Amino acid sequence: MLGFPEDAVARLHEYQGKTLLKKQGLEIPSGMVVRSPEEAGEVFQSLQGHGAERVVLKIQAWITGRKAVGGVQFAQSVEEAEAAASVMLGMKFGHFPVQEVLVEECVAIAHELFVSLTIDDAARSPLLLLDAFGGSGIEDRAAGVARIPISVTDGVHPQSIRRVLLDSPIPEKHHEAIVTAIQQIIATAKEVEARSLEVNPLVVLEDGRVLAADCRVTIDDYAVFRHPELGIEIARELDHPATALEQVAYRVEQDDHRGTFYFAQLPIEGHEDSSGLIGFHGAGGGGSMMSMDAVSNEGFTLANFCDTSGNPSAAKVYRAARVILAQPGLAGYFGSGSGVASQEQFHSAYGLAKAFNEMNMTLPVVIRLGGNAEDRAVEILEDSCRDLPATIEGYRKDDTPAFCAQRFTSLVKDESGGNSSDQLVRSVPDWVGGDAEAFPIEGGHVWINTDACDAALTARMAEWSSGLLKDDGNGNPVLAVPEEEAAKADSEFIACEIECLRAGTPVLFVDLPIEGIDPVTNSGKDH
Amino acid sequence: MAIIIDETKRVMIQGITGREGRARTRLMREFGTNVVGGCTPGKGGQDVEGIPVHDTVAEVIEATGGVDVSVVFVPARLVKSAAIEAIEAGVKLVMLVPDRVPLWDAMAIAECAEAHGAEFIGPNTLGVISPGRAVLGMIGGRAESARQWFNEPIPGRTVGVISRSGGMSSSCGYYLSRAGLGISTICHVGGDSVLGLTFPEVALKFQADPETDAIVLFGEIGGSMEERLADLMKSGKITKPVVAYIGGKAAKEGTRFSHAGAIIEGDRGTHAGKVKALSEAGAVVVDGFGDLPEAALSVFASSTSS
Repeated sequence: MLGFPEDAVARLHEYQGKTLLKKQGLEIPSGMVVRSPEEAGEVFQSLQGHGAERVVLKIQAWITGRKAVGGVQFAQSVEEAEAAASVMLGMKFGHFPVQEVLVEECVAIAHELFVSLTIDDAARSPLLLLDAFGGSGIEDRAAGVARIPISVTDGVHPQSIRRVLLDSPIPEKHHEAIVTAIQQIIATAKEVEARSLEVNPLVVLEDGRVLAADCRVTIDDYAVFRHPELGIEIARELDHPATALEQVAYRVEQDDHRGTFYFAQLPIEGHEDSSGLIGFHGAGGGGSMMSMDAVSNEGFTLANFCDTSGNPSAAKVYRAARVILAQPGLAGYFGSGSGVASQEQFHSAYGLAKAFNEMNMTLPVVIRLGGNAEDRAVEILEDSCRDLPATIEGYRKDDTPAFCAQRFTSLVKDESGGNSSDQLVRSVPDWVGGDAEAFPIEGGHVWINTDACDAALTARMAEWSSGLLKDDGNGNPVLAVPEEEAAKADSEFIACEIECLRAGTPVLFVDLPIEGIDPVTNSGKDH
Repeated sequence: MAIIIDETKRVMIQGITGREGRARTRLMREFGTNVVGGCTPGKGGQDVEGIPVHDTVAEVIEATGGVDVSVVFVPARLVKSAAIEAIEAGVKLVMLVPDRVPLWDAMAIAECAEAHGAEFIGPNTLGVISPGRAVLGMIGGRAESARQWFNEPIPGRTVGVISRSGGMSSSCGYYLSRAGLGISTICHVGGDSVLGLTFPEVALKFQADPETDAIVLFGEIGGSMEERLADLMKSGKITKPVVAYIGGKAAKEGTRFSHAGAIIEGDRGTHAGKVKALSEAGAVVVDGFGDLPEAALSVFASSTSS
C-alpha cells in the first residue's frame, strides 16, 4: 500500500502517480498531500525549513484546466497556504468534491517537456508522445508532437528520444538525464500496467536536475487485480471518486461473478428542463449505448449508466435494478440491450420482476427483452407485475429501440406527467422475519410461509424451484437438497418466488438485502 | 465463400473442459463447425462431446494433423499464455473470447502474433459466424436460434457485418436478415481497446470475398478503427458499399477523463469525427440504429438500377 485512500479508483491522483515515478528513481518536487488548511500550513513550514521560499498548492481532482478554476495557487506564508487550502478544500466539480491538496516547493524551471504514454489502438502497442518545446499549450502544437512507438517487451530505443531532443532548444548536456527520466516513466507505466501515464510537464531545472512536475495515471482496470500495492478498491475508470451507490454496485459485482454488472452515475445538471430523469438499465456495451441514444433522443436525462450482460444471474439483475431504483427523483425506468441477445432472457426477467414487485413500482417501466426465450421473458415480467401501480411493459426483438423509447415517453407523460417520484421504499411480506420457515442462502435467506401452503402448491413449487424444494409428506415445502447446494441457488429461488406470485400465492420470499441500501434486518438470524 | 470461418476450417478449443468451453463446443459443432480437438493442461486423455482432449496445443496439432483456428476459453488472466502457446505452436488464427484480459497482455499477444505472422480476434469477442457454414465462439447462443436469426448468403444481395459490440452483432444480423438480405459472415471484433483484427482488416477480407456485396458496420465512439476504415475507402482499397451506424452519440462529453494525450488526437474517436470521416469516404451513415436495414437495402436498390 502506498497510503492511498480506500475508495481509490483506477485513475490515480497527481501525488499518487508521482509516488510511483519516484519508486522508479525519477525525482519529484518536495511536498506532501494535505486534507486540511492546518496541514497545508505545516507543510509550508517544513518546506520553508528546507529552503523553499514559495510553495504551490494544487487540487487533486480529475478535471482538466485546474488553473482556470483556481485549482492551482501559490503561497509565500503559512497564512497564504492555509487560506488557499481552505478555499480549495471547499471546491466541488460535479460528483467530485475536492478532498486533497498537494503542497509542493516551487522549483526554478529552465526547460519543459510534454511526455505522455498512451495506447495506440492501431499499432496495438504503447506509444510515447514527446514534445520538447514546453508543456503548456500542447493542444495547439499537436501536429509537432513526436510519436515514438514502444515495444511491450523491449521498451523504447534511446536513440529515438535523443533525435527529438536534438531538434529542440534544450542544450545537449541535459539530454542523457532526460532520456533516463523518460525511460523511468515508461518503466513505471509498464510496472503498474497503465492505460495512460502523462507527465506534463517534465522539467529541467536551472541546476540541471530533471523532475516530474505533474503526473496523471490511469491504471488498466482489467489489471488492477495484479496490483494490490496500489490499494485500488474500485477498479473502475470513473471520472469522479466512486459515489456511495457506485461503491454498493461494485461490491455486488465483486460478490457475484455470474455475468457482468457495471454501474456509473452521470451528471444530471439541467434535468429539470428535460423530459425527466430516468433510471437506465442496459445489457451489453453496444446495445446499451445504442439504447441510451434512443432514449436520449426522446429528451430524457439519464441518472445512470448500467450494464448487466454476459449471461448474468437473476440475483445479479435484481440487485442491479435495486441499485438503479435507489436513486431519488426518477420519473421512469428504461431497460434495453442489443435486442437480439444470445443469452436466455428469462433470467433477467425474473430478476427485474422481483425488484419491481419489492419496490411496489410507481414508475412506468419499459424493458426490451429481445433474444433467446424472449416470449417467456416478456410474459414473466408483465404477468408478475400486472397488479403494480405503474405500467410495466416488456418488448421483443422485433420492437425497435426507437419504438420502445417512444412508448416509454408516452407512459411517463401519462402516469407521472413527467413529475419525478420520491424515493421508492422496499416492502417485505409481513410474515418474513417472524415464525415462518427460513433457510440461509448466499447473501440472504429464503422465507416460506408454510401456513399458506398445501400439497398442490407444494408440488408446483418443487417444479418452479427446479427441484430444490419437495413435499415434507404433510403438504409443506422443504429443501430437497443439502443446504450447501441450496445456498448457491439464489436465482432458482427467485424464479420460484415470482412463479408463486404469478399464481396468486405469494408464499416464498427471497430476502437479499443489499449492504449500503437496505437496513440490516433480523432476517440475518440463523435457523 | 464467407470470411474467417467456414465448414472446412479445422478448429480446436483451448480450455475445452471448462464450463464455457464445453457449452460453446457443443454450439459450434451443432452449427457445423469442424471441431477437431481441444486442450486443457492436466486433462489430456479425457474427451468432451466425443472430442479428444490433450494437454497442449502442440499435442492437438500432432494428433489431428493440424489446426487452422484455436478458440480460447480460459480465465482472463491465463489468456496471454494460452494465446502465445497457440501462436508459437503454429496456429495462424486465434480467437480470444474472454472478457477483462489485461491491456498489456493483449499488447504482448499482438507483438507475438506479428512476429509469427499470425492473426487473432478479440479479446472480448462473442465470435464470428458464417450462416449456413460454421461459427466460432458463441454468437446466437443456440445453434437453432442462429439458424433462425441469420439468412444464408443470397446471390447479389449479401452483406458482411462487422461490429464492435457482441450483442449488436446478432442484432445487426437479425434485422438485416429480416429485411431480406443475405449474410456472408458476421464478425464481432471485440469490445476492448487493443484488438487483433479490427474494422480495416476485416473489411479488406470482405472486399476480397466474392460472395459479399456490401459491408455493414456497427461502430462505437473511442479508438480509431472507423477512421482507419474510412482511410481505406478514400484510398480505393475498399470499393464495396459501406453502411454504418456509430453508437455513443448520447455519451456526454466530459464524463470521460480528458487528458492532453487524447486531445491531441484531434476529433478522432468522437461520434461526430467518425460520422464525418465515414460519410466523406462515401459510406452511408445512419443516425438511428433502426434505419440500418433500410439503408442497407437502398445500397442494393441504387447499385442494381445504375
